[in-house]
Amino acid sequence: MKESLIYGKKKVVTGNHAVSYGVLLSKAEVIAAYPITPQTQIVELLSEFCASGLLKAKFIKVESEHSAMAACVGAAATGCRTFTATSAHGLALMHEMLHWAVGGRLPIVLANVNRAMGPGWSVWTDQNDSLSQRDVGFVQFYCESNQEVLDTTIQAFKIAETCLIPVMLVLDAFVLSHTSEPVDIPYQEDVDKFLPPYKPKYFLDVNDPRAFGGLTSPDHYYEIRYKIEEAHRKALKVSEEVDNEFYQIFGRKYGVVESYQCEDAKLILVTSGTITGTARQVIDEERSKGKRVGLLKIRLFRPSPISQIKEILTKAEKVAVIDRNISFGHSGIFCQEIKSILYNEIRRPMVFGFVIGLGGRDVVPDDIREIIDFTYKADYPEEMVYFRGVRL
Amino acid sequence: MRWQFANDIKEYMNQGHLACPGCGGAYAMRLALKALGKNTIVVIPACCWSIIDGPFPLHCLEVPVYHTAFETAAVVASGIRAALDIKGKTDIEVLAFAGDGGTLDIGIQALSAACERNEKIIYACYDNEAYMNTGIQRSSATPYGAWTTTTPRENFKKERKKNISEIIAAHRIPYVATASIGFPDDLILKFKKAKEVKGTAFIHIFAPCPTGWRMAPELMIKISQLAVDCKIFPLYEVFDGVKYNINYQPKNIPVKEYLRLQGRFSHLTEKEIETIQKEVDDNWEILIKKTRI
Repeated sequence: MKESLIYGKKKVVTGNHAVSYGVLLSKAEVIAAYPITPQTQIVELLSEFCASGLLKAKFIKVESEHSAMAACVGAAATGCRTFTATSAHGLALMHEMLHWAVGGRLPIVLANVNRAMGPGWSVWTDQNDSLSQRDVGFVQFYCESNQEVLDTTIQAFKIAETCLIPVMLVLDAFVLSHTSEPVDIPYQEDVDKFLPPYKPKYFLDVNDPRAFGGLTSPDHYYEIRYKIEEAHRKALKVSEEVDNEFYQIFGRKYGVVESYQCEDAKLILVTSGTITGTARQVIDEERSKGKRVGLLKIRLFRPSPISQIKEILTKAEKVAVIDRNISFGHSGIFCQEIKSILYNEIRRPMVFGFVIGLGGRDVVPDDIREIIDFTYKADYPEEMVYFRGVRL
Repeated sequence: MRWQFANDIKEYMNQGHLACPGCGGAYAMRLALKALGKNTIVVIPACCWSIIDGPFPLHCLEVPVYHTAFETAAVVASGIRAALDIKGKTDIEVLAFAGDGGTLDIGIQALSAACERNEKIIYACYDNEAYMNTGIQRSSATPYGAWTTTTPRENFKKERKKNISEIIAAHRIPYVATASIGFPDDLILKFKKAKEVKGTAFIHIFAPCPTGWRMAPELMIKISQLAVDCKIFPLYEVFDGVKYNINYQPKNIPVKEYLRLQGRFSHLTEKEIETIQKEVDDNWEILIKKTRI
């Protein structure tokens, strides 16, 4: 692949390849991955980049996702910029090593293509794979477009390396992963300016022989966890700074959340991932009919942008949270998060939770309209969670 | 002659480690590092060595150590290798140092994959024939006849020990060797060879656990020599998975001499001991045949 054909051009690429270009531009040094639909194209293209010499990285073709993350752990602990990608069962298999990456304070970047968990086997999108990893301590970004995917990949390395915390960027299966959109591929020198080489303070060094991750007594473990929490709080601030810095160079920014038409809104929808794009269109229509509706897109899920969410949502009377995931026996996971953020506010909106689109079932504008109508008319959320269109 | 290298005064393992008295695994590490020297990074998965190294912020080795999850020694070592290579630090060795559980059981998938990729790492398994760190539970390295807490009384282990060296040799990696802490110079020489190999080297170390074997700690060396001399644990090398070389001619001591020193075998009847003797003799014949290929 010729360099002149890539950099500084607008290319029509899939979400998967947007990740690959992001990793290429970020000059990852070690990549370890295992194939899984719908992620595989990410690492196939990275293999091409490595084979052609365009990306000077070591690509370890491991035998499982658990080993993919373990290899990244080893490489990152030795001071390399590392990357892996996975999906659904692959992410679930990685679970133990996700903890290791966080506890080891290793700035690994992971792209997860949101895919529903089996059984029954599904390759289509929902968020239960990544949200099941909520508490491991990865930073999590949910992306709406392929441009955002590429840009978030580059930003992810910077946030990870600044805060020494791993970052997961998440994109919807097929709706983004296999859908082509025009994407601006930045110039390498601009990315180099934004993201200098990774130079860790602590790494496996034969001239300074330390032990990493050894037996830790109750005298120390608590403080080490506290420092991870501190790193997350820092990551929230850093995510905004990095986004602003990115804007200065590339002219694009996303925010940790995005408030759309929320200023005078009585009802605010809360969305993440590609449902946001559909909702945005419906909000425009409803606004033209005079309905005071707005949209809050959650881009950064962890660390939780608590004050940003509070500031936007406390002005509304009602909030409808749309979840493409479910915590069985309770409700959608974003809905729980929003409720917990708002609970202590004296003036707080009523929160309605909707679970739709599981296993990749299409979410169309009519679904969003129904949710808006329902929430508008209801006085109180009688149910913890509402399902739409269950065909029994 | 046998102690020429082992008495080399340069130590990379310090006092104050947390091993039990008579720990074969602790001595195995001490010897391995004498062979490999300062330019070594050690990967330790969950095993006794997770404890032996010492609690945070202390550690007893004069080389960097990465402690990792149970099943990941070989692949974390692969990740470190890749990182060192991309940084041009090709003069640094990566040593994965795992117990038998972490090697023969939970870690075999990642180990097999690292061998298939022929990663330039040294993988050493210090085999004390059970899950000793969790308190003596049977592993696939536990031999026939042994008592453990999960093979108690008359339910002593009825299955044979998994032959890990043969499994790894079948990957056709350049170097596989067995070693015993009762033969320190042989062990050290094998680590020195492993360092020179272009690809994966696997060393299977006989490393007794007096605590788990119900045995006096001072028998640590003696039992490690007896295991070899009664052919239970022959010392040999396999080059490229096909060329076998026996390093030491055993003295043909009956297995009974080895078994009777260990409480874990104290329940065995004469008949059961005969069964073990026959299996050991048969295995030796198979090994001899392999050297003639």
